[in-house]
Amino acid sequence: MSKKIAHLKKSADQTELQKTPTGIPGLDEVTLGGLPTGRPTLICGGPGCGKTLFALEFIVRGAEQYNEPGVFIAFEEKPDELSANVTSLGFDLEQLQKQKKLKIDYVHVDKTEIEETGEYDLEGLFIRLGYAIDSIGAKRVVLDTIENLFSGLTNEGILRAELRRLFSWLKEKGVTAIITGETGEKTLTRQGLEEYVSDCVILLDHRIINQISTRRLRVIKYRGTMHGTNEYPFLIDEEGISVLPVTSLKLNKQVSTGIVSSGIKPLDSMLGKGGFYKGSSVLVSGTAGTGKTSFAASFIDKACERKERSLYFAFEESPNQIIRNMRSIGIDLQKHIDKGLLEFYASRPTLYGLEMHLVSIHKAIRKFKPQVVVLDPITNLITVGSVSDVKSMLVRLIDFLQSEQITVMFTALSLNTIVSDQTDEGVSSLVDAWLLIKDIELNGERNRGLYVIKSRGMQHSNQIREFIITDNGLDLVDVYLGPEGVLVGSAREAQKLLEQTGQALHTHAISRKDRELTRKRRLLEARIESLKTEFESTEEELNKVYIEEDIKRGIAQETRQFMTEFREGKKEAIKGNKSNK
Amino acid sequence: MEQKYELRLYVAGKTQKSVTALSNLKKYCEEHMKGEYHIEVIDLLVHPQLAEGDQILAIPTLVKKVPEPVRKIIGDLSNQEKVLVGLDIRPR
Repeated sequence: MSKKIAHLKKSADQTELQKTPTGIPGLDEVTLGGLPTGRPTLICGGPGCGKTLFALEFIVRGAEQYNEPGVFIAFEEKPDELSANVTSLGFDLEQLQKQKKLKIDYVHVDKTEIEETGEYDLEGLFIRLGYAIDSIGAKRVVLDTIENLFSGLTNEGILRAELRRLFSWLKEKGVTAIITGETGEKTLTRQGLEEYVSDCVILLDHRIINQISTRRLRVIKYRGTMHGTNEYPFLIDEEGISVLPVTSLKLNKQVSTGIVSSGIKPLDSMLGKGGFYKGSSVLVSGTAGTGKTSFAASFIDKACERKERSLYFAFEESPNQIIRNMRSIGIDLQKHIDKGLLEFYASRPTLYGLEMHLVSIHKAIRKFKPQVVVLDPITNLITVGSVSDVKSMLVRLIDFLQSEQITVMFTALSLNTIVSDQTDEGVSSLVDAWLLIKDIELNGERNRGLYVIKSRGMQHSNQIREFIITDNGLDLVDVYLGPEGVLVGSAREAQKLLEQTGQALHTHAISRKDRELTRKRRLLEARIESLKTEFESTEEELNKVYIEEDIKRGIAQETRQFMTEFREGKKEAIKGNKSNK
Repeated sequence: MEQKYELRLYVAGKTQKSVTALSNLKKYCEEHMKGEYHIEVIDLLVHPQLAEGDQILAIPTLVKKVPEPVRKIIGDLSNQEKVLVGLDIRPR
């Protein structure tokens, strides 16, 4: 008893509901595991929406991938028609039938052959189904389209009762069943099959908006489990159905701190950490002819040189055109293609709807497993959807790329300010880094200025750089910031020249002044010299007068003395005086 | 010996409907084509693989193999007129 309780508890903990994977890419993610095991699922939709293919793929993938044999009861198409229809998808029904992995039973109901009288039941169908299931040990069953019974048999009362019995019988058998049904006017199916199949209902839709058709899928109900409730686009191509897997329900992606170079050195330094984060999304926007594609190509080129696999989605130009054009700026993409590092996916945006683009992008990415992806340009996608559609598509794409740690670069064209605001608003909040290339018009020429508008998680530069496309690739140069404002292009060169001239003139002027000064000094010095000489001569003059006077005075005194002594008659005195002297 | 009418009645076990159908069929045959018919009763519970060949869905089903065209009459054959029309004994 306690064992039993423990067992029950355990199973309750593990899963509320067992699920059978369909093997259809994306659908198992939407339904979080697949269709309910051992229960019928209703697939409904209008004509041509892919119900039969959906059901058949469920059976084939079950047989091929999960080793679950399946029975396909066809009410509409004969087995050989079915096989022929899906051969193009690579499904070999004949082979599967030989391997006893598949059994196709064609149920033909023709009103003209059948006469009804009295009570009957559909035991014959049950027996056939039961026999088919047992003969190959089927785990999966498809009834396509059981509503055809209603056109062949008239007694609706019996039919409804029998259908109810059929579905409970299928449950008892424990097979996972798909029942297809055509959408009715007000109900999901013409005959209200949803009334009997209540565990899981999936609606397929084929809608045309702006002349572009998109297939969509919605899980209307799924009892006892969580499921994605949105409309998910799906694609039917050469590999069958793929449902778009979508925004995952949570925002808990792994992030990387690795850095991916932008391919332009000066830009890397502008970004603060030496490039973009690995797995981040980068938007490069700008007006026409600002070099967005060149930018993207240079990014891809550098990535390939680092031996990283890259995918280039071109929505505007053909690959050959891009390769040719990029050669002119010294970027050779062809060699990367030859090495298998680079692949181009070019498609016209109008080829199919947005969602289809997304699905095809998904598929390409899953197949090529790139580390770097470029979408050039996303603006063109707006021609096939509204801004909000594009945004929601990009959200999903970025989400997916982030989870795969793929760095993505979008380019966006802004036609004029109004539209650019719109586009940028739509996308800019999603991306991690946003580079804007702007035309700066000055002096009758246009030049490109590059701004790093945002770069999450980095201290990026607030400077405007001039973005230059040269023969050897791309480069950034500092713009001239002067009293006249921001100068770029030839104006910057002119200003530089002007400055150089100014400098030269300045130097010249300074040296002239210096010389002048020296000269003046010399002049002054000369004058000082002459004044000195003058002073000396004046002094000498003055001295001369003094000395003369002294001499005169001396001589006068002598004379006087002599005279005195002479008068006294002292001849010796004169003599003595003379000898004294 | 070659019969004018070759009839097959598909049943699934001895259910009330099957029994009723068989007895009804025998009654009509005796009345309208005495000596010209052959009835084969196939129990699908025993031979489920035979259901596919004649495209049997409903039980009981009476299949008129000969004469052409092949016709199916489903139900317990309680409506004699309809059965006879179905067997092309009565004009439509």
